Amino acid sequence: MGNRTIKVDYLARVEGEGAFKVVVRDGKVQEAELRIFEPPRFFEAFLRGRSIDELSDIVARICGICPVAYQMSAVHAVENALGITVDGPLRELRRLLYCGEWIESHVLHVTMLHAPDFLGYQGGIDMARDHGEAVRRGLALKKAGNDILTLLGGREIHPINVRVGGFYRAPRRRELAPLAETLKRARDQALETLRWVAGFDFPDRERDYTFVSLRHPDEYPFNEGHIVSNRGLDIAAADYDDHFGEIHVAHSTALQSRMTDGGAYLVGPLARYSLNFDKLSPAVQQAAREAGLGEVCRNPYQSIVVRAVEALHAVEEALRIIADYQEPERPAMAIEPAAGVGFAATEAPRGMLWHRYVLNGDGTIAEARIVPPTSQNQACIEEDLTSFIGGFLDLPDEALQHRCEQTVRNYDPCISCATHFLRLDVDRG
Amino acid sequence: MAGGGKPCRVIGLGNPERGDDGAGRAVARWLAGRLPPQVEILERGGEAADLLACLDGAGAVYLVDASAPTGAPGRIRRFDAAAAPLPAESFAFSTHGLGLGEAVELARALGSLPPHCVVYAIEGQAFDPGAPLSPPVAAAVAEAGGLLTREIAG
Repeated sequence: MGNRTIKVDYLARVEGEGAFKVVVRDGKVQEAELRIFEPPRFFEAFLRGRSIDELSDIVARICGICPVAYQMSAVHAVENALGITVDGPLRELRRLLYCGEWIESHVLHVTMLHAPDFLGYQGGIDMARDHGEAVRRGLALKKAGNDILTLLGGREIHPINVRVGGFYRAPRRRELAPLAETLKRARDQALETLRWVAGFDFPDRERDYTFVSLRHPDEYPFNEGHIVSNRGLDIAAADYDDHFGEIHVAHSTALQSRMTDGGAYLVGPLARYSLNFDKLSPAVQQAAREAGLGEVCRNPYQSIVVRAVEALHAVEEALRIIADYQEPERPAMAIEPAAGVGFAATEAPRGMLWHRYVLNGDGTIAEARIVPPTSQNQACIEEDLTSFIGGFLDLPDEALQHRCEQTVRNYDPCISCATHFLRLDVDRG
Repeated sequence: MAGGGKPCRVIGLGNPERGDDGAGRAVARWLAGRLPPQVEILERGGEAADLLACLDGAGAVYLVDASAPTGAPGRIRRFDAAAAPLPAESFAFSTHGLGLGEAVELARALGSLPPHCVVYAIEGQAFDPGAPLSPPVAAAVAEAGGLLTREIAG
């Protein structure tokens, strides 16, 4: 039992393709590697020379789960370059669209992809035979998210209504009314889902993570805010390069992000929640406490509970936006092309998504840089495997492999996005 | 007509912006006006949560979708999904979520698969963005429509 290799060649229930390998020598985890082997996707290169009018539709194609995040970071970065601030009802509609994506993405992961790890099933379909009510509820809740995307985005996947300056078309108040009825039911479904996952057994493991997320003075972050950490970082998106860097590691086609001091950091629900608990509504804070969470959560296995809290928040926020919505005079602000450099970070479901664009005077893109959340979390995922798996080595290979997979899925890794990512190897020698 | 008093639905699946992936939806359009008025004809992208909602409460469902190429473009196959799972290799699963085969299995696990659930698959050839249906698939649309019309009437 002293030396083992656990190797997963194609990790299931994650978005995209990747693998991992854990090497155990003399009863200790010597090495944990997360390997991303989708081919690099070259999005940054083929945005060069394209018009800013095409940008939001091209970047939406990077990911089928979080297209809105790519659209939001892209249009905000271009607007930053052009010196434009989109405010009022258009800003609220963007937040509403983001609520839809968080609901869809979080609920799919919580219910169909991650819950089977805690309940001992191979997958969501197996689990559905015994936990039909929870699955039905999750699917209905996910559909509420789809409905938001369909109404605001034009369709449920890869929405087509987002542009620099706003939208191609803004909805009428009366169009949002049926959505509000769906979302009222969704609020109960989200609360039930939170109570369901709160009852799971969580391995008692914590790490002192460096959490990084956006923070905004008035709201739980989606589109806007400073990049902050629990170690005192507080910077604008434009200063990202001074504090973070990307390195290439041989075992992966995704770049790994690190702090400039070389340290790993964590983005996503745990970081967002721990840095912004005070920005959740009192009702959502109360629901989180009843689910067993404190104001800070350092146990990555409880990320499933935090995602359910964030799904509840997104439903509540969507209801608030719809109730307060005033139709804008125009669906988008007028845009004048200009040369410039723009930056933006927004909160994708999996964590902070940073974009930088250099624009030409004719409205075309000269340079694009995209740093997705999963590439930022890769180093943390490897450190979790190294730190935690040592405590589970008494498990037989199959159970140990399952625990490793669960540990990776704590991050809801989006490998398609990160490739520029899963198999499992545990080498026990 | 199957269904035992519950709704009967024909659901054309696919993305009409991706060549032959639009075959199922082309069949749904061909069937408009050719089926008894109580039969609901729907067109859907195929997202699983949405598809499950479409299956829910129906007595009979006929799903029409494009299948993966094997060298016989336009070939029409009929599967009784109520009797057995769909062959995985014909309905290539997306890494982006749950495909038709998984949606059917999820409905079966949840006990919400309609008692009569038939899948017609039209084998695709090319799935290029913005392309029309390829000639053999376009030719199969009316043939599949005819088969469905006779099966539903029978």
